[in-house]
Amino acid sequence: MKLDELRRTERAVVTGLDAQGAERRRLMDLGVMPGVEIVAEGTSPLGDPTAYLVRGSVIALRRCQARGIDVDDGAHR
Amino acid sequence: MTVDLPIPSAVSPLAETPAASCGSCTLHNAANLKRLGLHVDGCDAVVALAGNPNTGKSTVFNALTGLRQHVGNWPGTTVSRAEGGFSLGGSAYKVVDLPGTYSLLSNSRDEDVARDFLLFGDPDVTVVVVDATRLERNLNLVLQVLQVTGRVVVALNLMDEARRHGIEVDVRHLSRELGVPVVPMAARRGEGVPELLGRIADMTSGETRVRPRRQQALAPVVARAVDELAGQLSAEFPGLANARWVALRLLEGDAGTERAVRDGSLGDLARQQTARIAS
Ligand SMILES: Nc1nc2c(ncn2[C@@H]2O[C@H](COP(=O)(O)OP(=O)(O)O)[C@@H](O)[C@H]2O)c(=O)[nH]1
Ligand SMILES: [Mg+2]
Repeated sequence: MKLDELRRTERAVVTGLDAQGAERRRLMDLGVMPGVEIVAEGTSPLGDPTAYLVRGSVIALRRCQARGIDVDDGAHR
Repeated sequence: MTVDLPIPSAVSPLAETPAASCGSCTLHNAANLKRLGLHVDGCDAVVALAGNPNTGKSTVFNALTGLRQHVGNWPGTTVSRAEGGFSLGGSAYKVVDLPGTYSLLSNSRDEDVARDFLLFGDPDVTVVVVDATRLERNLNLVLQVLQVTGRVVVALNLMDEARRHGIEVDVRHLSRELGVPVVPMAARRGEGVPELLGRIADMTSGETRVRPRRQQALAPVVARAVDELAGQLSAEFPGLANARWVALRLLEGDAGTERAVRDGSLGDLARQQTARIAS
């Protein structure tokens, strides 16, 4: 599944990134890379961006970014 | 995890030369430091402070410099900068607080500033302040800094918080893995400050042997591209010390590096590096 499908308080493990180049680099600098656990923390009033907890810090990702991140929430193995 | 980090494999040989310093000699890199807006008159060594946001960088800065500090902006930017100083063993040290960043790889003005300072300001020592409770996240920046300079001391801060959370860090092992000194600290209580000062002094005097951890294994196809591009860069900008690092940034599509190549500012910096080798 994609990260944008993760609902508030749900957790999952990152399995892959669609992004390339600078965008991929950015995500990895924020700590989003395969094997890392990620938790959906909450969505801003307009529904975008969404806050995620990754490696002990909260980061904000836009929906289009989250859509490019593959995650496994344990239910779809 | 480390395998997945697109880490370049080459750095300036200059970065490895321990910086000699004494009360009477001038700074080895005064021209570039001035260009980067730093007042270096009368100081013997420059210490840069890098780190993720909120790791206690300002707290460490204050612990090192006390009241001897000055706040301004980085030249041509609204990015704020604190600089200060301290004296130790008869040498005057200048301390520069770099912007807090997760990365050096040009995602923002803050990162440009931090990277340019490390690449071209060539500080005598770079202290990377890391959060002991979020080590995995913080090591990303440490590894990136180690690509640019080996003269690094890791300040493992917030150790009191780590202890409170039952987190133990094997400091010796970490230091061995990174190839640079690691100083456990709780800067808010002043814990570890004398030890950090000691490591900074040892690094400045060239007493410390470093073996900075670097990712060497580039895929052959990438390595070839880096070699080719680095060759072209060196031909275009004679004396450029970080040609392979720059080449890798270009291959990654790094906008800031592209700009520096296009507008020729990379050439100015290379010329100053050449002047330095010759002098
Ligand atoms: N418990 C604890 N808190 C610290 C320590 N060092 C800094 N802090 C606190 O962490 C917060 C961020 O510190 P600051 O120096 O502003 O971090 P910076 O963003 O990296 O410059 C402040 O509330 C500090 O008081 C420490 O060693 N232990
Ligand atoms: Mg600060």
